[in-house]
Parts: sequence; structure tokens; C-alpha cells
Amino acid sequence: MAEAINNEAARHTSLEATSFYKAQCRVALRNCGVIDPESIDEYIAMDGYAALGKALTEMTPEQVIQEVIDSGLRGRGGGGFPTGKKWSFTAANKADQKYVVCNADEGDPGAFMDRSVLEGDPHCIIEAMELCGYATGATEGYVYVRAEYPIAVKRLTKAIEDAKAYGLLGKDIFGTGFNFDLHIRLGAGAFVCGEETALMTSIEGNRGEPRPRPPYPAVKGLFAKPTTENNVETFANVPQIILRGASFFNSMGTERSKGTKVFALGGKINNTGLVEVPMGTTLRQIVEDVGGGVPNGKKFKAAQTGGPSGGCIPASMIDIEIDYDNLVSQGAMMGSGGLIVMDEDTCMVDIAKFFLNFTVDESCGKCTPCRVGTRRLYEILEKITSGNGTLEDLDRMEELCKYIKDNSLCGLGQTAPNPVLSTYTRFKDEYIAHVVEKRCPAGVCKALMRITIDPDKCRGCTACARVCPVGAISGTVKQPHEIDQTKCIKCGACMEKCRFGAISKK
Amino acid sequence: MKSLAELAEIKARTIDSVIMPSGSGRMRVVVGMATCGIAAGASPVLDELVKDVKEAGISDRVMVSQTGCIGVCQYEPVVEVHEADKEKVTYVKMTAEKAREVFEKHIQGGEVIYDYTINAANA
Ligand SMILES: Cc1cc2nc3c(=O)[nH]c(=O)nc-3n(C[C@H](O)[C@H](O)[C@H](O)COP(=O)(O)O)c2cc1C
Ligand code: SF4
Ligand code: SF4
Repeated sequence: MAEAINNEAARHTSLEATSFYKAQCRVALRNCGVIDPESIDEYIAMDGYAALGKALTEMTPEQVIQEVIDSGLRGRGGGGFPTGKKWSFTAANKADQKYVVCNADEGDPGAFMDRSVLEGDPHCIIEAMELCGYATGATEGYVYVRAEYPIAVKRLTKAIEDAKAYGLLGKDIFGTGFNFDLHIRLGAGAFVCGEETALMTSIEGNRGEPRPRPPYPAVKGLFAKPTTENNVETFANVPQIILRGASFFNSMGTERSKGTKVFALGGKINNTGLVEVPMGTTLRQIVEDVGGGVPNGKKFKAAQTGGPSGGCIPASMIDIEIDYDNLVSQGAMMGSGGLIVMDEDTCMVDIAKFFLNFTVDESCGKCTPCRVGTRRLYEILEKITSGNGTLEDLDRMEELCKYIKDNSLCGLGQTAPNPVLSTYTRFKDEYIAHVVEKRCPAGVCKALMRITIDPDKCRGCTACARVCPVGAISGTVKQPHEIDQTKCIKCGACMEKCRFGAISKK
Repeated sequence: MKSLAELAEIKARTIDSVIMPSGSGRMRVVVGMATCGIAAGASPVLDELVKDVKEAGISDRVMVSQTGCIGVCQYEPVVEVHEADKEKVTYVKMTAEKAREVFEKHIQGGEVIYDYTINAANA
């Protein structure tokens, strides 16, 4: 952030004056960092519960749904399904009991926007779930939060108590006869529990495994009743849409992706943090302006969106306008909003292996294509990064990816090969280099790395030989030293020690 | 709650403590207390400011509050000073000691400690 900020006109003192902030636009995060999340009065001061009041006293449930449809809001939990449409499906089903579920499982490694909303503005989720309940005819809601988020749970628990004490949750709200009750359920942090059907199975008290769809939750969801399930950030936009109207929201964004998106910016970037930008902001704006660029003068190589289900956008596509459809057309996806920036020192095969390792661990094991398939895929990647891969392995890898995608039961398995396919499509030359030349162009894969001493630069000071933990360096004083490649463990200690820059890795 | 009037009444009595009214000379000091802030050490910073304001007996003019994630992870703990009619001041990488200094020089003395602001950070 240093550079970005120093470029600003002299002596501003606020966060808003930094380029990190300037391109941002806060809707879902509007109260985060502003109000005291444990004060219901402060939430109300910022027009909290006014949208609920407006809906209950002035609007029919159909009008609420229409407003959400017109706003163009799409699900922020990954898939981007139109929220208003989802609500209308549940509303259309008659039942003695319906439910609203908020997905706060947030399993994507590196993502933390949902946690931030719950910790910084818990009442807005309560208000939004009530709006959804009113619109769809549900009177009970569940928030499914991962147990690793104790502060979010604490603040949400207090918010629910305070809302009940004010009569903003419970029976006959605003004297309109509308009732709504809200519960919290803790998830044990399995990634698959973020998948909507597994999440509901888990709330019901069973082992969190996905179930086949159809039936969809709108027909047969929680406790076999019609259920609307949305992500935290999706809900966080709803009160503003109802209060300020659909046009407030759909005036931001692109043709088919309206509003804003929160990203957790991380990786090789100067300004890490939580950013909310209008849909359609270019990757370049996010990386260069908001993110302040890549540190240490390194080159931007690619950005990974969508975490373990997503893909990468290469530097050549840096001017892409980020929205649901553009990302999908590039073989990536919005996902929940993790955005990991990678520089020239990142090995794309290694990245694919990292995400696959995650899915192998998180596969629930219910179906074979995912349980066994992802493991076999991981083994192929391991073979490639250890220098034992063949061109046939690359073909088998592609075939296996397709098989896993087509045959897995739930989204976890269906999307698990994405990081592999996307890096393979975009950076085929890197895979080929590993396989054919037995070389890792980024110098990451240890098995393919060679640490060598340049005899012209080496002065024979013996510093490297003394620091090598495995005695791989031989040579006499004032004579060029040499590394025994069969002993070297590529720890890099000698490189750091050499004062003449004679040792390098390739 | 039985009516919108009740809601409006709560808003009316609270709004001035969230958005400082012009000419009031009041201050609102917030400390980022989301998981990220707390992990970086925001709790002692908040405690210090609460204690200082209480001891000085100026709670009617200065309100200290926790808040959620401000968004700038690597600069936590973050303290922001909102004052009526002035640009907000964002202090970063705070400690209890720095907070004490901000209290004395800025909150009481009215002088911004530029070196601790986000705009001076990592210069
Ligand atoms: C393996 C897997 C994990 C998921 N994890 C999450 C999650 O952590 N949070 C979330 O909101 N949605 C997650 N989803 C997406 C949900 O199934 C669901 O589509 C989403 O919560 C719907 O809400 P939305 O329409 O508001 O986006 C996950 C899906 C899959 C397949
Ligand atoms: S695809 Fe994977 S996570 Fe999903 S049901 Fe099958 S084994 Fe479980
Ligand atoms: S990289 Fe480590 S193991 Fe290899 S020669 Fe240098 S010090 Fe020895």
C-alpha cells in the first residue's frame, strides 16, 4: 500500500483518500467498520430494519420478490443464480412450514467476506432473512456458521437476542401479524457442508453429505420443506435493495451482473484485504489500483478466482471486466470471492496441485469419481512436479478431469478439476517444461530444481560448504566449489550465504 | 416493536453518536475489532482508549466504540477518529502506547499525529 498511498496528494489522513479505497463502493459492507456491531441502536440509526418496516407495511410479498428480481441480484455464494427467481420458486410452493437458510460456511481457503459481514453488521443478515421469509412465506430461519468463527457467532447471537428484545424478531413484527424466528447452527468446518444440500442435511443433525438434486430446496429442502438458501453476502445486499429500490442496485455493474462484489484480495499483492467494487471493474483496476500492484517489482502472472472450484485469469487477460459471465467464459468462476494474485515466481502446476490437495482432503467420499478420481489426479500432478511425468500422463490427466467433472454427485467433485484444466489450458508450456525438459520454469518444484555454482564467480571462500546441512558442497580454499546434485536437498542455504552471487537455482 | 414510529424514534436519538453533527465538536473513535483486528492486537488498544476517555471525564464529547472489519488487513489494528466537520483520520498499526499518544495529542489536543496515519504508513 506504501506506493499507492504516497502517490496521493499530500497529507490526507483518511483511508478514503487512498487509491486502495477510491475504486471501491460499499453496499454489502456499508456498515462494516462504521457502526458498533453489538449495538442494535446504531444499526437502526443507519436505517437498519427500515427495509423490513417498509416491506411489512407497504409491500406485498410479491412486490418484495419483484424488487429483488428487478435489482438483478445474483447469488454471491458461487453459482450466481438470480436471487429473486430463487425466492419466487419457494414462494410458489404451498406448505405448512417453509424455511430460510443463510449459508455462512465460507469454506473457500482465503475467503473471509462472510465472516466480516457477520462480525461487522450482523443485524443486516437478520433483517434480510426476515425479508426473505416475508417474501417466500417462511417463518423460521437458520444461519449455518462454521464453528471456526467464534466472534461472528457471538455477535450474531447477541444481535438475535437484541432484535428479539425489541420485537424486531419474533411474533407480530410491526403489528403486522408477521412472525419470524431465527436459529444458529454451527458447522464443523467441512468444505462440503457449504454445498446447499449437505448443509441442510447437517442442520437436520445428520452427517453433512450432499443429496441428489432434484428435488431442489425450493421444493423439498430443510426438514423436507420448501427452503430458500442464500449466501451471507447475497443477503447483505437485500435490505438496501428494498429500502432504496431495485434501480439503486441495478445502476451498478454490467449487463448481466448487477451491484458490487466483495473480494478477499490476497497472494502476491501489496494491499491485501477486503475490497468491494462494482461488478465490471477490470482485473487491472483491482490488481494495480486497489491492490497497489505486485510487490518487489515482480511481474503479474495470473489471478485465481473461485478458489478450489475456480480457475486462473492470465496476465494477458488483465483488462477483463470481472463479472459472472466473463469469468466463466474464461474458464474461471466468481466463486465466493477469493482473489489470489500470483507473480512470475509462481508455478502453475504447483498451484493446481495445492488446490487439488485441498479437494482430496475435503471430498466427503460419498461418490467414487470424486473420492478416488481426485486422488488419482493428485498423483498425476505429483508425478509431473517430481519430474517423472510423461506426455501420456498429460493426456490421462485431461481425460480424468473430464470424467470427474461429468460423474461426481455434487459441486465439489464437479468443479474440483477446474484449477487443473484452467492452468493446463492457460499455461500448457509450463506443464510441457516439467514433463519434457524436466524443468520448472518458475523454479518452485524442488525435484526439478538444480542449485549450481558458477565457477567463474566462485572465489572459493568456503562459506557455502560450511553452511550446507548435508555436506553436498566440495572444493578447496580459493578454488571453485561444486555441488553434488545427488546429495543436495535444495534448501537454498548456500545461495543466501554466498557473497559473490555465484550460486543460483534453475 | 409495534410501529415504524418506534424505529424512527430510536434512529433519531442515536444518529448523532454515529454521524457527528456539524458544529457539535464531537468525536467518535472506532477500533476495528473483527477477527483480523483482534488477532493483530486491537483489544488492548480499545481498552486503552476507553480507559483514557473515562478517566478524563470527556465521554459526553468523545465516544469510543468497537467496529467491524475496515478492510485493510495488513494495517491492523486500525483506529479511526471521526470528528464533526473534519476529514476522518485513519491510524494504522496501533498499539496501546500509540493509542495513548493519539488520545493525548489528537483527541485532547486536537493535533493529528500524521506519522501514525495510513497515509504515512510504510513511507
Ligand atoms: C463444495 C461446495 C462448497 C460450497 N461452499 C459454499 C460456502 O461456503 N458458502 C456459500 O454461500 N455457498 C457455498 N456453496 C454454494 C452453495 O451450494 C449454494 O449454491 C449457495 O450458498 C447459494 O446461495 P446464493 O444463491 O446466495 O449464492 C458451495 C457449493 C459447493 C458445491
Ligand atoms: S462429489 Fe465429492 S464431495 Fe460431492 S458427494 Fe461426491 S464424494 Fe462427496
Ligand atoms: S541448496 Fe542446501 S543442500 Fe544444496 S548445496 Fe546449497 S546448502 Fe547444500
